[in-house]
Amino acid sequence: MTAKAEPSVTVLKPARGWVALNLRDLWLYRELLYFLAWRDVKVRYKQAALGILWAVIQPALTVVVFTLVFGQGLKVSTDNNIPYPLFSLAAVLPWNLFQGALQRSSVSLVSNTNLLTKVYFPRLVIPLAAIGAALLDFAITFALLVGLMIYYHTPFTWNMFLLVPLTLLVMITALAVGLWLSALNVQYRDVQQMIPFLLSVWMYASPVVYSTALITSAKWKLVYALNPMVGVIQGFRWALLGGSPPGPMMAVSAAMMVVLLVSGLFYFRRMERIFADVI
Amino acid sequence: MSDIAIRVENLGKRYRLGQQSLYYRTLRDSLSNALTVPARWLRRSGESDEDIDSARSSNYTIWALREVSFEVRQGQVLGVIGRNGAGKSTLLKILSRVTDPTEGRAEIHGRVGSLLEVGTGFHPELTGRENIYLNGAILGMRRKEIDRKFDEIVEFSEVGAFIDTPVKRYSSGMYLRLAFAVAAHLEPEILVVDEVLAVGDAEFQRKCLGKMSDVASEGRTVLFVSHNMSAILRLTEETLVLENGRLAMRAPSPQAVDFYLSSGFSEQGERVWTPDEVPAESAPFVPIALRVRDGQGRISESVRSVEPITIELEYRLDAPIKGLRVGIYLMSTRGDHIFTSFDTDDPSQYERLITRPAGKYISRCVLPPDLLNEGRFILGINASSYRIRRYFQDEQALAFTVDGAGAPGMQWPEPRLGPVRPRLDWRVEVTS
Repeated sequence: MTAKAEPSVTVLKPARGWVALNLRDLWLYRELLYFLAWRDVKVRYKQAALGILWAVIQPALTVVVFTLVFGQGLKVSTDNNIPYPLFSLAAVLPWNLFQGALQRSSVSLVSNTNLLTKVYFPRLVIPLAAIGAALLDFAITFALLVGLMIYYHTPFTWNMFLLVPLTLLVMITALAVGLWLSALNVQYRDVQQMIPFLLSVWMYASPVVYSTALITSAKWKLVYALNPMVGVIQGFRWALLGGSPPGPMMAVSAAMMVVLLVSGLFYFRRMERIFADVI
Repeated sequence: MSDIAIRVENLGKRYRLGQQSLYYRTLRDSLSNALTVPARWLRRSGESDEDIDSARSSNYTIWALREVSFEVRQGQVLGVIGRNGAGKSTLLKILSRVTDPTEGRAEIHGRVGSLLEVGTGFHPELTGRENIYLNGAILGMRRKEIDRKFDEIVEFSEVGAFIDTPVKRYSSGMYLRLAFAVAAHLEPEILVVDEVLAVGDAEFQRKCLGKMSDVASEGRTVLFVSHNMSAILRLTEETLVLENGRLAMRAPSPQAVDFYLSSGFSEQGERVWTPDEVPAESAPFVPIALRVRDGQGRISESVRSVEPITIELEYRLDAPIKGLRVGIYLMSTRGDHIFTSFDTDDPSQYERLITRPAGKYISRCVLPPDLLNEGRFILGINASSYRIRRYFQDEQALAFTVDGAGAPGMQWPEPRLGPVRPRLDWRVEVTS
């Protein structure tokens, strides 16, 4: 044998049934992932008069409305009597990340039709990049939250470092659901119509405007935590503002997340070979 | 050790009708399907799943590609020709891994780069510089690779001063040049090229062709799909001819081009487009038929050089189109253009037809007598709005033969060179 490296051989044949995840291929295309996320960030606020300010206005107004309706109006009680604006912003922060990431990733395949039908790359790159791009808004909202914490003289604790794994969990949840929805949306555009509704129901099913303390039975708390956003949001509140740690709820949410992610990955891989044909 | 770059065995691709285009199923269709399928199973329990599937689907599916087998040696430049819908694009899509084959297999030795359509993934809001990186990454280039070739790409594209301007402000020419420049600097072992030369001005096309022959001479394997026969002849030594999804011929390029140009055309002087020959992208423009009529107005494959030749294109607009021009290319059998003419070339005509309402049309022109030399000619058609959109193009829509009887100089039975044979008003003066 000569020293010259044989070029890699790719065999193309009809795929049947379930296929391997082939995450190595994804790793080879990590730069594309970066560039696509960077493109989404870059064009996000182009040709909007207020530009990046929207990333501040949107969560700020949300919190104002929540405070007026749920804090002042309905007098929703918060954990440890945390001021309501702070209480809701600590939940709006992960919720908006989840919502933004899910919204973009579910339509990501369809809005990148021209790429899907023209060039090969691991299709997983597209929903992943869409989720990565949602981090910009998250960072800005986080700055807003820090400002609010200073205003209310909330002590900063070492728990804040737990925000890193918690943020990762939010993104993984968004990815898990996003994989399912984006692949379904290629075939059934009904998904696109359903997403705004799904998200608004999901938000009220998550402890964004109220506290998990509202559910008193320990058993029902665990059922409630089957919504993976429950454990995460509670985790965010606890890491930022103190109060009760999410504990067993977190475990249930994380387990649910793993189930969604693994099934989502395999479903996506199974469907991806027909994307170019049906999109 | 093998020196094979691509090996294709019995490759086939079946599409559900309509699936290829913008069709998508809605949940309701699927749900109602899910309810009826088990019922069908019960009724026909003797047959296998596969049988039922094919029996049910044969009416709704087409084989875009079937039983295609060939090999490409490393370093070979192989041409692929065929009419619209012959399966060229499907073949390239399978080889570039955009879509899976339905049957058969293909083996690819090395990295495949595809130049399927220039500008894929360009974002109008991003600058030229940003798009070079984005597009490069999409085509499979590493960031370092792009860094290294950046200056070369900019130079090739000739957009230098505007490299930090969003590409939405570029002229269409600049946009194309930049897009091609990025793609042309890919360095895969196997390059798949689909019709990239159909765009841009003549000078740019020359440059692209030059770049393509550079790539070929560097010893890389190239699969080159084109309707441009002179480019095929220039760049490739061997060519595949596809017909209705099957491999009709593999031969040295001059032979393959001759075969392709002389076969497959209707003999009646008329070309009729069936709905599945018209790509969905051409909507709202729908070509119906192209006809050649002789001096007596009969549809004919053979016309006389000394009589006027009428060319008419019948088409339908499903919606009004603004700035539409419908026209013909006249080409030699070698693929060289003789002329291009549009029905709104006359400015007053253009003004009058600025917006063509939906409806059926015939655009007709007459070639004056004593224009064409004897021989075979190819008619192509084009329907476009200048710089906005090309609705439909078929560069080899119809072939016809010109008979030279009675043409000037026929008393000498020698072939005259050149595509035209005008009757010129010669005067001979005795000067001394």
